Amino acid sequence: MKQILPLIVFAITACSFAVPTQAQSGLKDLEGTINIDGSSTVAPITIEADAGFRGIAPKVKVPVGVSGTGGGFKRFTKGETDISDASRPIKYKEFESCKANGVSFIELPVAYDGLTIAVGKSNDFVEQLTVDELKKIFLADSKDGSFKNAKTWKDINDAWPATEIKIFSPGTDSGTFDYFKEVIVGKSESSMRDDMSVSEDDNVLVQGIAKTEGAVGFFGASYYFANQDKLKSVKIVNPDSGKAVEVSASTIESGEYAPFSRPLFIYVNSKAARRPEVKVFVNYYLDNAPALAAKVKYVGLPKEMGDAAKAHFKRRKSGTHFWEIKDGKPAKREGSLSELYTVENLLN
Amino acid sequence: MLSIFYQGLPAFNPPQDDIVAELSEIESKLADVVPDSSEARALTAREEELQKLQATINKSFLSKPPAPGSREAGIGPALMGSIWVCVGCSVFFLPLGVGTAVFLEEFKPRNKFLRWLSDMLQLNISNLAGVPSIVYGILGMTVFATMFGLFGSPNDPFFELGTKFKRQYVTEGMQVVFVPVSERDEVPTLSNGMTALKSDGTEVKLNIIGDDDEFPEDDETLNVSLLSDSEGGVVAENAWYSFRLPFGRSVLAASMTLMLVILPVVIISTQEALRAVPTSLRQGAQGLGCTPWQTVRNVTLPAAIPGIMTGCILSMSRAIGEAAPILMISGIVAISMGPQHLMDDFSILPLQIFYWAGQPVNEADPHNFQHVAAGAIIVLLLVLFAFNSVAILLRQIAQKQLS
Repeated sequence: MKQILPLIVFAITACSFAVPTQAQSGLKDLEGTINIDGSSTVAPITIEADAGFRGIAPKVKVPVGVSGTGGGFKRFTKGETDISDASRPIKYKEFESCKANGVSFIELPVAYDGLTIAVGKSNDFVEQLTVDELKKIFLADSKDGSFKNAKTWKDINDAWPATEIKIFSPGTDSGTFDYFKEVIVGKSESSMRDDMSVSEDDNVLVQGIAKTEGAVGFFGASYYFANQDKLKSVKIVNPDSGKAVEVSASTIESGEYAPFSRPLFIYVNSKAARRPEVKVFVNYYLDNAPALAAKVKYVGLPKEMGDAAKAHFKRRKSGTHFWEIKDGKPAKREGSLSELYTVENLLN
Repeated sequence: MLSIFYQGLPAFNPPQDDIVAELSEIESKLADVVPDSSEARALTAREEELQKLQATINKSFLSKPPAPGSREAGIGPALMGSIWVCVGCSVFFLPLGVGTAVFLEEFKPRNKFLRWLSDMLQLNISNLAGVPSIVYGILGMTVFATMFGLFGSPNDPFFELGTKFKRQYVTEGMQVVFVPVSERDEVPTLSNGMTALKSDGTEVKLNIIGDDDEFPEDDETLNVSLLSDSEGGVVAENAWYSFRLPFGRSVLAASMTLMLVILPVVIISTQEALRAVPTSLRQGAQGLGCTPWQTVRNVTLPAAIPGIMTGCILSMSRAIGEAAPILMISGIVAISMGPQHLMDDFSILPLQIFYWAGQPVNEADPHNFQHVAAGAIIVLLLVLFAFNSVAILLRQIAQKQLS
């Protein structure tokens, strides 16, 4: 106890004197609160940005919440938050409710994340998979019996052993699951199979895949990068080029690792963006996005994309790039981020 | 759990060089005898673990804000948040919980309708004790944080006290100046020569550059120059006593939600404690001509205090460890400072631990987030012990007074 007591006393005094890091220029006097909520996938980048921003404006408070992309948008559309982290583009319903509440926003991509399809180290036969093979693994049997999913690895490739396939998947509420489902299920009638081991904690997935024979699963690439000694990533055959591509920072950035790389966004409330502290924060975020992303094991945007985002923010180009009105009905635009992210595509 | 203890605790002690030396000696001996035995490897791993944690939980861990890197991460704001929320919670649940129990136990209504009402209350309380805490989170969110949307939003509250507003501008010389305003939405008209405040409180005269005006040359003037159409942004300054309706995602909303979580437990245990007071005591008091209230105040309650305190301590321990309802109310996992007033944003230790435990873990990294989470758990336990020992101390004092 004698040894702990001074520690506690120190802690209490230390808490009352927040330690300002070396501040630059007159901006160190900035004050205010920037409310951020949203995806837990994007949160690490935002927290990294917040940590760096403390060096510039130590008095600005930046509370970062992790209500999930959907939960974050729910608050953002009501104008409760200034910035919303999102691991997918805004949905049309959310866009509509923004409009109903008079909230306009600037859509800014900040990094790429790659979904990794991983197997255990002991699995020595699976090297690469095509999207069709993945469909065979992850889709549910169709009701009319025309499609039957693979029960063992032999069902996919005769050269592979008849080991049972055991699937590990992130929770159905996560943006990761949504994104994977969008690629695998797409617009078809089918659905994801339901005999998977599901966990919200990606570390549980990592452990499960590493220790179970015949296991396969998917999660954000950062979890694979942290566990390369335990897992083997499966190369994914790019549907366009037909080449099997390994997940890595460079293949995600170049877009070769398709279709399992996704952009991550921040949505900034246009009205909040007029506040000096928000402006300085978002500028800092965008200027440093590649470095921040790399620090938390995501992949930075290519320079042109980063510049496009900066230009959008500088000129306050509000609206979403991912929806258009076709024949009076909302339709999702198809294409890669670099194709879609232009001022002409903005829908307000 | 034990391993967490093992990993965490030595960090609070100064490095025990002799033990470490002894360990490494044993280990080297073992390594000599059975070079590849798993035991020897385990020992090395443990020793490493010990040193790693001595590096993880140190003084600055308790004061630093959470950071993206596990090495720099600290629990300062979350620790303060936990203390604020729990103290706030105990302020609310103690009088309300004990009061309800006294009413249900000591003032049994004679009227048939009231008796039915009291029975219903009793039944509800028993049922509520088993409701999952996340449900209370949703309830608290609606009732306390947004107040059914009846009083506007936290950004545009119906009632506000202790909040001052100022408009923040960044001048052309990249200096920050403030113009006090009386309302949140008020936009001051900028005029040449108007006074503004710098952050240290010194007054400066503003130089407003209109559309036709010449742009100033020297730094001095630039530092106080604003474009005539600068908008700035509003900044709220909250006094320690600030208050608003609705509460928003604040310390107060969280304390009251936690109060809901533990109230049934407090009421039931208080009732048990009151029932354990011998009837003869009450009858004695009444025989001396005490009113029911005097009986409760001077006889029954003092006699039941130890039991009531025990129930409260147990409930408090539950409140301090709850993550689920607070995830609904606040959901903040990174904040640079602890709460300054009851309406402030906050994070709490269990939330911080929950978030860190889900971060990517590289086991080869000696400072990964699992170590940080383990460290935070140890601190949470210590806070719990601190709260409990204060309560136990109070109980001891109360007991002595009775005899």
